[in-house]
Amino acid sequence: MSAEKFQNPVVRWIDHRLPIFSMLDHEKYDYPVPKNLNYMWNFGVLAGLSLAIMIITGIVLAMSYTAHVDYAFEAVERIMRDVNHGWMIRYIHMNAASFFFIVVYIHIFRGLYYGSYKAPRELLWILGVVIFLLMMATAFMGYVLPWGQMSFWGATVITNLFSAIPVVGDSIVTLLWGGFSVDNPTLNRFFSLHYLMPFVIAGVVVLHIIALHRFGSNNPIGIDASGPQDTISFHPYYTMKDMVGIAVFLLLLAIAVFFFPNAMGHPDNYIPANPLQTPAHIVPEWYFLPFYAILRAVPDKLGGVLLMFGAIAVLFVLPWLDRSPVRSARFRPLFRIFFWLLLIDAVALGYLGGKPAEGIYVVLSRIATAWYFLHFLVILPLLSVFETTKPLPKSISEPVLSRSKSANAPLGAGLEPAE
Amino acid sequence: MIRYLIVFALSLFLIGPALAAGGAVELTKRDWSFNGPFGTFDKAAMQRGFQVYREVCAGCHSMKYIAFRNFADLGYNESEIKALAAEYEVEDGPNDDGEMFIRAGIPADRMPSPYPNDNAARAGNGGALPPDLSLIAKARANGPDYLYSLLVGYKDAPSDTSVPDGMYYNNAYSGNLIAMPQPLYGDDVTYADGTTASIEVMSADLTQFLMWAAEPKLEARKRIGVAVVFFLSVFVILSILAKRRVWADVH
Repeated sequence: MSAEKFQNPVVRWIDHRLPIFSMLDHEKYDYPVPKNLNYMWNFGVLAGLSLAIMIITGIVLAMSYTAHVDYAFEAVERIMRDVNHGWMIRYIHMNAASFFFIVVYIHIFRGLYYGSYKAPRELLWILGVVIFLLMMATAFMGYVLPWGQMSFWGATVITNLFSAIPVVGDSIVTLLWGGFSVDNPTLNRFFSLHYLMPFVIAGVVVLHIIALHRFGSNNPIGIDASGPQDTISFHPYYTMKDMVGIAVFLLLLAIAVFFFPNAMGHPDNYIPANPLQTPAHIVPEWYFLPFYAILRAVPDKLGGVLLMFGAIAVLFVLPWLDRSPVRSARFRPLFRIFFWLLLIDAVALGYLGGKPAEGIYVVLSRIATAWYFLHFLVILPLLSVFETTKPLPKSISEPVLSRSKSANAPLGAGLEPAE
Repeated sequence: MIRYLIVFALSLFLIGPALAAGGAVELTKRDWSFNGPFGTFDKAAMQRGFQVYREVCAGCHSMKYIAFRNFADLGYNESEIKALAAEYEVEDGPNDDGEMFIRAGIPADRMPSPYPNDNAARAGNGGALPPDLSLIAKARANGPDYLYSLLVGYKDAPSDTSVPDGMYYNNAYSGNLIAMPQPLYGDDVTYADGTTASIEVMSADLTQFLMWAAEPKLEARKRIGVAVVFFLSVFVILSILAKRRVWADVH
């Protein structure tokens, strides 16, 4: 890459010695992107934006926060009441955490629908699952920091899970707590790790992007680009398309932050932590509810923990469970039905995780949990063998051309622009 | 996928509230002045609510996150706040002799609590701890409606319910048995502005005051929010137009 394409002599001087401008230029103009990506492909960028918002607001919050059991709750109230615009920073941090998970869940389900985890993108997918795991750890520890009732009891319940591990379980829990109950050392180490983890996530995100750029984005049709006629440059096309997604994302985030800031939180977390008083129902943040439902669906503690982690572990091996050579669900009529069933199942698990573990809810949780694993471990491998897929188009340009010819397309076609 | 996903999300929005509803207690829904995107606090009501808190609730309930200076939000001016703070006694120190001493309050002081610690509060209330009220309007589901319903919710217990000693029957309280005796009956305070101090008016005024205490930046939040949402709506439209312009030559 020559530095001569740059007009500015300073840029040219720097680029000759440190080719960062060439690198950026390469990503912007030379990196070919399939031209048929729809708006579902916005969510990767939106997840990155969420991470940036979380890190920036988090660093500012840490300036006024005190990680001590006697002062943490008050420190948060100080931020809400006395720090200039502290309420805004905190509400952005709180709500952007939820939005981060919404965006990542959509990103994951997009990958599931369009088969983005299939060869040659298995490592890209696995790195994504790693990011998801790190996010969950970070979010869990962050929720402990305000030291409200749900912070304390959520931390107690979740850390206690590790005691189910045979032999070393109790030692691990003591290590996590830094003592023999959730107390000041726990809060301190959670604060330390909560500050560290986002940067670990950022590092894995870099690997995720390197892996992405090796073969480029998958696309709604799921076939590889066969030449320059199938691709366009990232800038200005996808920068502008991502801008639309970013604008809508920020608008929705602003509506939540300014008008419904506590809608996704739990009222009990405005009660200071009290180790002597257990809340009526201990529920984790909404984004953990599906996993919480799986945990409680199993009558055995160790079994529940294994199944809960298994629910994520199964995603790691997904590229080898679904062996169908066809990526996109558009050409897999049966897979498509099961995809929507899985989404309904995941939402049902989320609903059940928020309900008390009694009566009909336990039965439904068990059915939904069984279906989740059935989907990945039985249905997907069977579908890869028995499903009759629809014929694939010859190239990305082919269906794109035929689509754009029928300009006055049927109702709702505009929702899925495949230009 | 997008089409079905939108249908899916919309149906969740429709089904969600139906599934979430069905709580055990019926709350009185009121049209609070601070509801909605343009909601603001009613200063006169907050001042009256503060009077109810001072004369009725403050005997047992602390509000330890509220400082006297915060009462500027209620419409009091600086000298009124100084005078108000001076009516309270605050422990300070140690002085140069190493002694703690009592002095008159200043605007920077937080509201003094009625009990020195939680144990004293429990001992004074038959074992039940009167919660701090600074955040109560956010620390309960449907805070304002719940507080109002609780305050007007004291009723005679149905004949099939036995009420143990030191407990009281309340419509809005989960389980219906609450350790707090009925705080308001009507005409518990004499309002300076001549408003009739019925139990409904006092309960609504107190709720207004407690909502402010829990969320003092609510007005600023909604005001900024309206501007931000307007700005971002324009940004959405412009980005859609720009995207269409840029993509016009791709086919």
